[in-house]
Amino acid sequence: MSVTLLIEQLLNGVQLGTMLFLMASGLTLVFGVMGLINLAHGSFYMVGAYATAAVTASTGSFLIGLAAGMTAAALVGALVELLVIRRLYHRPHLDQVLATFALILIFSEGTRWIFGSSPLWLSPPSWLTGFVTLPGDTRYPIYRLMLIGVGIAISIALYLLISRTRLGMRIRAGESDREMIGALGVNISKLYTLVFALGAALAGLAGALVGALQSVQVGMGEPVLILAFVVIVIGGIGSIKGALLGALLVGIVDTLGRVYLPIFFQAFMPPSEATGVGSALAAMLIYILMAVILAFKPKGLFSAHD
Amino acid sequence: MSDVVLSLQNLHKRFGALQATNDVSLDLRPGEIHALIGPNGAGKSTLIGQIAGNIRPDEGSVYLAGSEITSMSIAQRARLGLGRSFQVSSLAEPLSVMRNVMMGVQALQSHSFRFWKPVARDRQLLEPAYEALARMQLSHRAWTPVFELSHGERRQVEVACALALKPRALLLDEPMAGLGPEGSAKLTELLEALKLEVPILLIEHDMEAVFRLADRISVLVSGSVIAHGDSHTIRQDPRVREAYLGDSDA
Amino acid sequence: MTNTTSLSKNAALAPEADRPFDRKGLVQMALLGLLLLLPVAAYFLGHIYYVNLASRITIIAMAAVGLNLAIGYGGMVSFGHAAYFGLGGYVAGISAYHAFDITPFMTWPFSVPGSDNLLVIWLAAMLLCGLLALVIGAISLRTTGVYFIMITLAFAQMIYYFANSWPTYGGEDGLPIYIRNTLPLFNNNMLDSSDALTYFLICFTGLVLAMAITSRMMKSRFGAALTMARLNDVRLATAGISPYPIRLVAFVISAAITGLAGALYADLNGFVSPTMLSWHFSGELMVIVILGGVGRLYGPLAGAVLFVMMETFLGGVTQYWQLFLGLVLLGVVLFAKHGVMGWLAGRERNE
Repeated sequence: MSVTLLIEQLLNGVQLGTMLFLMASGLTLVFGVMGLINLAHGSFYMVGAYATAAVTASTGSFLIGLAAGMTAAALVGALVELLVIRRLYHRPHLDQVLATFALILIFSEGTRWIFGSSPLWLSPPSWLTGFVTLPGDTRYPIYRLMLIGVGIAISIALYLLISRTRLGMRIRAGESDREMIGALGVNISKLYTLVFALGAALAGLAGALVGALQSVQVGMGEPVLILAFVVIVIGGIGSIKGALLGALLVGIVDTLGRVYLPIFFQAFMPPSEATGVGSALAAMLIYILMAVILAFKPKGLFSAHD
Repeated sequence: MSDVVLSLQNLHKRFGALQATNDVSLDLRPGEIHALIGPNGAGKSTLIGQIAGNIRPDEGSVYLAGSEITSMSIAQRARLGLGRSFQVSSLAEPLSVMRNVMMGVQALQSHSFRFWKPVARDRQLLEPAYEALARMQLSHRAWTPVFELSHGERRQVEVACALALKPRALLLDEPMAGLGPEGSAKLTELLEALKLEVPILLIEHDMEAVFRLADRISVLVSGSVIAHGDSHTIRQDPRVREAYLGDSDA
Repeated sequence: MTNTTSLSKNAALAPEADRPFDRKGLVQMALLGLLLLLPVAAYFLGHIYYVNLASRITIIAMAAVGLNLAIGYGGMVSFGHAAYFGLGGYVAGISAYHAFDITPFMTWPFSVPGSDNLLVIWLAAMLLCGLLALVIGAISLRTTGVYFIMITLAFAQMIYYFANSWPTYGGEDGLPIYIRNTLPLFNNNMLDSSDALTYFLICFTGLVLAMAITSRMMKSRFGAALTMARLNDVRLATAGISPYPIRLVAFVISAAITGLAGALYADLNGFVSPTMLSWHFSGELMVIVILGGVGRLYGPLAGAVLFVMMETFLGGVTQYWQLFLGLVLLGVVLFAKHGVMGWLAGRERNE
């Protein structure tokens, strides 16, 4: 219970937030540009992690593994878009939910078939293990700090991509007026495949990076997917800015809640009970946050779509 | 003023830099058809939205039969007697004509939290709806699904839906849109008979119909009413000729 | 103008349409008949396993009937119905836990003991699920479309994580039910719910009742308003009926039905765990509704039969059966929009 703990937990919160942003940005882009709700986004997270683990194990290089993971996720994303997703753009959301739910089943069981049920081993390279000492004598793992750095770099890159490039211009045009960009002669189906693959690559990157921290196993994408949904609902579906803000908010609130709520309840409860109540409440905290935000802003903080 | 059914007083609505409604006052009296015309972009839809309840005015108020309805929901206004038809058909396509029309009757009779009695055998519900249909000469189509109707018939059903509310005032948004000369003539005839019971605020593009039907006409340009009077006055008004008739395809 | 008084008195009434012996009627009767007869036959042949399998189908079908009311009839794509299924289950589990321990469930502001009376448990499950749905629905129904889907999902996850981390009732390990709950009848007779066939018949009665109530309700004024809210809510509002309360009430009824199914499921298995609350189950329930045919009275039943059969028999052949479920589901969504009932019984008149 000190400043050190607070700094450490804040950093953990930001780290969770940046990884959530990698997931949420793809989801929100796909929804903003194509109007599609994609449950299978968590599968790309898993694909990225598995490919990274497999390639890292065979080459011995984490960086090559990471590149392979992102590439695999992007390729799988593009393939899925070509085979299934493009049939769903003009369908009701219910159909989109079910078809992408079907994709989750296919990906999860397929992965279990190929790799088995036990988790794969993936750890960060030796040059990323260890601690740094931050001001205030906080010792913090280098790898987690690196995750924050990657998250920030990707946020900036995405911002530049969307605001400064031709592709970004088309994405923005697609968000505001889907018919319009067709009329402008932009090849919509190519754009859609590209955006979808980009989102998948980011999800795959997140999966690989987090996989090295936790474990690489079937179903790993699902809790993250649901957190990412909470993020984009809070931020406003279709808004990248909202996704960034929502991700940081969810990351920090969730992390701090898990640490401080049990401590808080110990002030007036026996410790064993306080831990139970505190952790149960902490698990609900971000959903309560979401409910409160929606009660005031039913379309999220930065709604891009009506 | 006491016999005014619907009255708009000094309505203002602004969207960003655009002044969509600028100090509009209008009224509707018993037994009349009051037409609201104006070129595209004049702010007609915004004004209708403020009367019907999907847009809140920034300033000003709307009264229906003496009670202020400015901040009421669409449904509350309807129950107070504001019947409305839409520019684009808003009927539930897969359902029968009757199922569409009877909703208004259901709203008037009581709340809809009645779970047991089947509506298909409910005379109390169906007979008034049937009567509203008969008024629009469509009783023979009562149990036809809407998607099988012709365009003109749909227009008539829209009006019948509004009539099922036993309205004090009707707000008809381009009821003639897309009708051929025959359908247009038929609807004109039906509306003429109707106005004696329910006054009608008619928003219409079809100038022919407007000049034949309307007792009074208001002309909306750039959010403001620029002229007001009977069809003769409006035809002669130089500002109207310039702003509207001069450069429009009507 | 037409003189309405000269019209025949019956002119306004709907033409008679129900023909119980057309193709659709026959398929429906066959489905329900087989569901009743096969377990009875299995019971007397001594195959208790199949009786319990039929109970499982029946209960899942009932949960799907609840969801179908929200999705199919009300157009509210709830991705969180596992919350009500699980809550119903926990009501049964927690009640039995306290009845077994002879401890009160709560003591303040008034004392509530546990109960082994099924009627009490069912009523409590339906009431609590209705209440939960009232809160969740009141917030979620302010939004539409994708927001609604994600928010219902998120709220269900909230309940899931709560059950997972709340240690009193087993946390993530779940809660076993050690006593057999009983159903009191007239003259102080007790129906022994531990008999597999008796329990199946209880569930079957519940399913038939839930379907009958749904069917009757959808023909009423409330059903008419709900149908209009799904097809065209602007039309409904313009006709003077606010869509929001109509939807909310339908959502609550839907949750209560699914919650009752959850309570039945807990007693069938003698066990509740957070798995009943998981988002996977919400998804599977949706799959069942869609496989069967969304918005059709017998759709949930057809879907549940198909789903549980696939799970049981395909699952017996390969542990990766969900891969095939995924492929089937993908095929149905992309190419066969009207589900099993649409295929067996022809399209619905009002589709």
